[in-house]
Amino acid sequence: MPPLIQIKDLVKVYRLGDYEIHALRGIDLSIDRGEFVAIMGPSGSGKSTLMHILGCLDRPTSGRYLLEGSDISSLDRNNRAEIRNKKIGFVFQSFNLLSRTSALENVELPLLYNGSSARDNIERARKALAQVGLEDRGNSYPNQLSGGQQQRVAIARALVNDPTIILADEPTGNLDTRTSIEVMDIFQSLNRNGITVVIITHEADIASYTKRNIAFRDGKIVKDAAVTMTRNAGAEIESLPPVED
Amino acid sequence: MRYIQILKIAYKALGRNKMRSSLTMLGIIIGVAAVIAMVGIGQGAKNMVNAQIASLGENLLTIFPGSQMGGGGFRAGAGTMMNLTDDDAQAIKDNCPAVQWISPVIRTGAQVVAGNLNWGTSVEGYSPEFPFIRSWPIASGAFFTEQDVKGATKVCVLGKTVVDNLFPGQDPIGQIIRIRKLPFKVIGLLSPKGQNAFGRDQDDIVVAPHTTVLRKLTGRDHINSIIVSATDRNRIDEASNQIAELLRQRHKILSGQEDDFTIRSQLDIASAATSTSGIMTILLGAIASVSLMVGGIGIMNIMLVSVTERTREIGIRMAVGAKGRDIMIQFLAESIVLSLVGGVIGIALGVLGAKVISALLHWPVFTSVPAMAISFFFAGFVGIFFGFYPARKASLLDPIEALRYE
Ligand SMILES: Nc1ncnc2c1ncn2[C@@H]1O[C@H](COP(=O)(O)OP(=O)(O)O)[C@@H](O)[C@H]1O
Ligand SMILES: [Mg+2]
Repeated sequence: MPPLIQIKDLVKVYRLGDYEIHALRGIDLSIDRGEFVAIMGPSGSGKSTLMHILGCLDRPTSGRYLLEGSDISSLDRNNRAEIRNKKIGFVFQSFNLLSRTSALENVELPLLYNGSSARDNIERARKALAQVGLEDRGNSYPNQLSGGQQQRVAIARALVNDPTIILADEPTGNLDTRTSIEVMDIFQSLNRNGITVVIITHEADIASYTKRNIAFRDGKIVKDAAVTMTRNAGAEIESLPPVED
Repeated sequence: MRYIQILKIAYKALGRNKMRSSLTMLGIIIGVAAVIAMVGIGQGAKNMVNAQIASLGENLLTIFPGSQMGGGGFRAGAGTMMNLTDDDAQAIKDNCPAVQWISPVIRTGAQVVAGNLNWGTSVEGYSPEFPFIRSWPIASGAFFTEQDVKGATKVCVLGKTVVDNLFPGQDPIGQIIRIRKLPFKVIGLLSPKGQNAFGRDQDDIVVAPHTTVLRKLTGRDHINSIIVSATDRNRIDEASNQIAELLRQRHKILSGQEDDFTIRSQLDIASAATSTSGIMTILLGAIASVSLMVGGIGIMNIMLVSVTERTREIGIRMAVGAKGRDIMIQFLAESIVLSLVGGVIGIALGVLGAKVISALLHWPVFTSVPAMAISFFFAGFVGIFFGFYPARKASLLDPIEALRYE
């Protein structure tokens, strides 16, 4: 079986008039099913650019990208939308929930675009919300939820279509330490259930909850290593002092 | 996505900005209401004209005196010459086989008195064939006869308005009215006919034998016109030709000379009037459509604003798998919902407005179901047409740039 993700000599160049920005300068990377990867590196090193290409939101300037063995670097807009819908779950730093739309409806959103029936959709959205521990907040609006809860809704939305991979761009960037660990706990439990997870983070702390760390600098991979002692987020939350909320 | 789901999402999105949505809709509401009311007014006029014309009798021909010839080719207009006489009418009756009924027409205005009430009205002289030619039956009593014409007896038949004004709550038959001081006996009442196409009350009339009006009231020889009905609808032209030939002979008009009379058929008048009111309907409808277009531009404007404001939402939807087409349908659905809901409200308001106009102005406003259906679909079309550009703009957004939009 081919690796889940296989990229070869991936290059992304942004052109601003006469001026070129080399965001990715030839990346080779392969990620297998069931991995939990953290991509690290300074700001501007090309992490998000790679994530957008992995998530079929953008196309590389050159190089190959095979997802589950099939080349998707040359797909058109509609086909990329379909892959985003069926195989990829996105989690953003700023949550990107639809405002004035209930948590349940936010989670349901990807299902609107895959032709399943409305009743199934609600059922599946409820299940996904339960997976992130928010089964009783389905009717809440984003502005009634804390940052951690909003990010969990966003994770439920990423989960709802049973994606093969979840991509998270600095998912804990806007969260405090405790909430960050709670979010990492959710990713860890999803990963234990077999979902491949790739996150971007600046923080070595957060990266230590994953199983593999990749470091970026100036559009290139400078380090790629397995994490020797993956921390257990669930256990750490237990040991933290309880908070009143 | 299912249609119901699409509509639900559109409805919710519009509900989030109720004030804006209702104001946008108002443009469509006013446009559709204007179309319905204006076309209703035009249609009402057309129907009224048609009904009038049908009630005049379709086989009707009217012979007018010619126009007065002045020096230097100056002509004063049809009917200004006084060269039609009762004898002409009699000759037509005797010599034109395609003519069934005939009556001279003499009109004069007069103050009519009954007891201590008086009323200014139109006193008109006709032959006893008047009810047949004008398809205007008697409501009660009797019409005058050939005998009355021969004897120029002072009898008359009253229209409803005259009865209402001179004999309120009484039966006028057998009573005496005075026209220019002469006593006339009321022998019958005409059935009510209402306004004519030009808004004149046709029931404001006193009809008497034409000989009586000529000899006792006007004291003249000439008559205003002659009305004639052809034996058959298909013989109108034939009747017209026979009359023309006869009158040219009687008036000694040489070949090559112009007629000193004009013959007009009811059909000519009918088609002219119908096409006039048809043009009016189209004009009113067109003016109203402009406001519907303006409403459509309002939709386009608001949808463009909405697309810009919701750029991030569009990015999010695309990130979770919405295709350009899905986004396009979503925004189109919003503009269509706006225009169709506006259309339905506009139709209701338009019908209501038409009712009010017809009640206030006594104008027969006619709101037809096809006109409503057309306005409804026109509103929908306006929604699609003006919603298309903003929706397409939304669908072509780049997902990453849309997500980054603040
Ligand atoms: N749409 C874009 N147009 C032009 N330059 C871009 C665009 N997106 C990213 N870049 C540039 O590409 C480089 C890599 O950006 P990014 O992948 O966002 O870095 P990171 O996520 O690691 O902070 C940066 O120099 C950034 O300015
Ligand atoms: Mg970034």
